[in-house]
Amino acid sequence: MRAIVTVIGKDQVGIIAAVCALLSEHKVNVLDISQTILQEYFTMIMLVDASQTDLPFAGLVKTLEEAGQERGLVIHAQREDIFNAMHRI
Amino acid sequence: MPMFNQNEILDTIHMIDQQHLDVRTITMGINLLECCDSDPKVACRKIYDKITCSAKDLVKVGEDIEAEFGIPIVNKRISVTPMALVAGASQTEDYTPFAVALDRARAETGVNFIGGFSALVQKGMTPADERLIHSIPSALSETELVCGSVNVGSTKAGINMDAVALMGRTIKELAARTADKDGFGCAKLVVFCNAVEDNPFMAGAFHGVSEGDRVINVGVSGPGVVYHALQSVKGQSFDVVAETVKKTAFRITRMGQLVAQEASARLGVPFGIVDLSLAPTPAVGDSVARILEEMGLETCGTHGTTAALALLNDAVKKGGVMASSHVGGLSGAFIPVSEDEGMIAAAQKGTLCLDKLEAMTCVCSVGLDMIAVPGDTSAETLSAIIADEAAIGMVNAKTTAVRLIPAPGKRVGDTVEFGGLLGSAPIMPVHPESAVDFVRRGGRIPAPMQSLKN
Repeated sequence: MRAIVTVIGKDQVGIIAAVCALLSEHKVNVLDISQTILQEYFTMIMLVDASQTDLPFAGLVKTLEEAGQERGLVIHAQREDIFNAMHRI
Repeated sequence: MPMFNQNEILDTIHMIDQQHLDVRTITMGINLLECCDSDPKVACRKIYDKITCSAKDLVKVGEDIEAEFGIPIVNKRISVTPMALVAGASQTEDYTPFAVALDRARAETGVNFIGGFSALVQKGMTPADERLIHSIPSALSETELVCGSVNVGSTKAGINMDAVALMGRTIKELAARTADKDGFGCAKLVVFCNAVEDNPFMAGAFHGVSEGDRVINVGVSGPGVVYHALQSVKGQSFDVVAETVKKTAFRITRMGQLVAQEASARLGVPFGIVDLSLAPTPAVGDSVARILEEMGLETCGTHGTTAALALLNDAVKKGGVMASSHVGGLSGAFIPVSEDEGMIAAAQKGTLCLDKLEAMTCVCSVGLDMIAVPGDTSAETLSAIIADEAAIGMVNAKTTAVRLIPAPGKRVGDTVEFGGLLGSAPIMPVHPESAVDFVRRGGRIPAPMQSLKN
């Protein structure tokens, strides 16, 4: 199952490393990353493959969200289908 | 080149996080016709068993989809066959136990509401219909989250004025029985003209007899998203406004369609329809009234409001229709006063009055919804308001509804609080002049001409 992970928050050292380490720990493969700084806010969007993950998807969502909160970041993980449905005909 | 479009993804995230985009409800319709029994206790047991068995996974599936897609699904609900059709087979005068059975099944399944304590009496009332309507005050006051509806008119049948008169008295009695909660019971009762069989929204949801055994219907929401989109086209022509609303409605509805398909597949229940509705909540930034004001009106309810709403309602449908394989339900912009922060403000200011709301219901879905009126409003005045609204539905071949709360002991200037999605309502004035002789005539208003339309 492919999912989109978005990370939004104040820029700080080690965001990418921390998120990637967490994903790797739960056997989530990163397929693509895009990252920018928008109005001082760090914005990262990752396309990931979560078909091998050791957590139920809802559990992964919660783990990422909590890890984000520790660093003052908002991290969402959502199935890719939602974005395709809303923006593609 | 990334494999995704960054702006589109951030758009979606902002819609959900900041603009209140949500799926208002996944509603499972359940047929109860097979639960008929001459013994009311047996019938109630069959009803409880059928509902709890059919919908046992509904809440869990809803929560799973919510977590996986990151879309809030505010309510999970159940609608059932109009109860007068089921209870009519039982030898009993009081149908309250059937509502109690529904409420128990609702609690067991964990859904937010259950609807279908209903009767369809647009042309005439069977003894079962009469018993159901007479049971409404006790049924809806003694249960927690059971909703009821009565269809009193249709374009093909005309308006059953005996039923209209009866509903005025029923609403008064229900308000009196829930006087300790400002007449809250009335928030769970809708009087319809041209009721639809696949409506996922409460309080008017029921599972029509032309539906299958079970069905999944989804109602979307998103006034906040439309409002935000219109802020980016300030001062531009209505052509641009209409296009902007259409595009936004398309996206909102596609999300609803996705959720509906997922829920249908996971529950093994056929997908019915997506209801293309703009359903507001009392939260700031989730208001239909504020969309109308964004089009250039100082306060919702002033001159121009009806035209603004007509454009909004039509554009929502045009945008949504292409996004879903099956569209149905009520489909349009809702204007429930107590559930819309902007409507509440406009009513408190005195700009938005009952007469203007009535005009607005000519061009939108659904009707005079969640409006608190003085507690001393007579049953006949309530009936006359219902008759007016039913006439609009009948002549225009659209669904109209009335959900009025004559809040006991309250007067114009007071406010009643219902909490949650139902919000708070300023008491709105009604005309003091009598309609008693009009309502007492009884009989039927004949069905209107369908040609020579002027």
